[in-house]
Amino acid sequence: MRGTEAFQELLPLLKDEPVVHANGFICRESFTLKDREANFYMIGSMGLASSIGLGVALCKPDRKVIVLDGDGNVLMAMGTLAMIAAQAPKNLVHVVIDNEVYESTGSQRSLSNRVPLELVAKSSGYREALRVNRKEEIKPAFEKLMNSEGPSFLLIKVEPCFDPKTGRVTHTPEEITNRFMNSLRRP
Amino acid sequence: MSSFTSKTFIDRLIRENFKFFTGVPCSLLSGLISYLEEVEDAKYIPSVREDSAVGLCAGAYLSGSLPVLLMQNSGLGYCLNAFTSLNLIYRIPVLVIMSWRGQGGKDAPEHIIMGDISQKLLETAGMDYAVLKPENCDQVLETALKKINEEKLPYTLLIEKGLFDERH
Repeated sequence: MRGTEAFQELLPLLKDEPVVHANGFICRESFTLKDREANFYMIGSMGLASSIGLGVALCKPDRKVIVLDGDGNVLMAMGTLAMIAAQAPKNLVHVVIDNEVYESTGSQRSLSNRVPLELVAKSSGYREALRVNRKEEIKPAFEKLMNSEGPSFLLIKVEPCFDPKTGRVTHTPEEITNRFMNSLRRP
Repeated sequence: MSSFTSKTFIDRLIRENFKFFTGVPCSLLSGLISYLEEVEDAKYIPSVREDSAVGLCAGAYLSGSLPVLLMQNSGLGYCLNAFTSLNLIYRIPVLVIMSWRGQGGKDAPEHIIMGDISQKLLETAGMDYAVLKPENCDQVLETALKKINEEKLPYTLLIEKGLFDERH
């Protein structure tokens, strides 16, 4: 499955949940396919999507919160997996699009071809950690995690496919902050 | 003048509606963290790295909470990219309580260089700060709250050795 196909499967499953996006390919692909007010596009600060998502999940315990992460980001902030596991927010679903490369900088290899990130999450203490390889598996796996208690982890293995012509996020960072905060104020 | 302690300072922050605390410990801040762990009106989330704590605070702010980040100045290097590519450009404020190890060159070797450059790094990054003292607390907090609530930018309080009690 190509990375874009994973987004095409996943994005229609979203309702009004806040989704914190990792920088690079993740932000750009999601923004291009389906922009949403409740999307927080983290364009810099690599590694921090998971901790931002944890902060939202802890302060908004009645909302299901999704982190849409990449393998490079998870590897950069593996300690945050421990923080998420230790705080154990029931409302956090951590989805990782794993293409095994740093795609937006020219597809340099990451380490996730040899380090199974879902096992790292599970052994850190996530309640559930699933790995899917085929696009047909995404919907049932995601819905299962959305309907059960977290923190949960969904690793989606994909092939790199990023088209550098895919646009960058056009909202300014301040606009992203304001839109996202507005979406969280609504019940 | 009423006494200035870890308890009175944290209670003051809680009254100003700061109720989400996280950080990485420093001995100079140990009294603050001990008190945070027993107080009911606030929560303290242990972070494993200072930049993860910046992210956690950003998530809390986006959700409507006012966050506080406690850290040693040795963590400033880890945080600079987070401050410059997240907080400053997204206008996501945070109150940073940063212990000042290596101040005046009198400390363990690993603290000397960062102790010398902490203020310069904050200034270079465009991060406003003040050195907190018992006698300037009201005025410094007023400045910090203005920065956070009106400009939506971070503000740092540098904490010198001996300002708060150390529990270790």
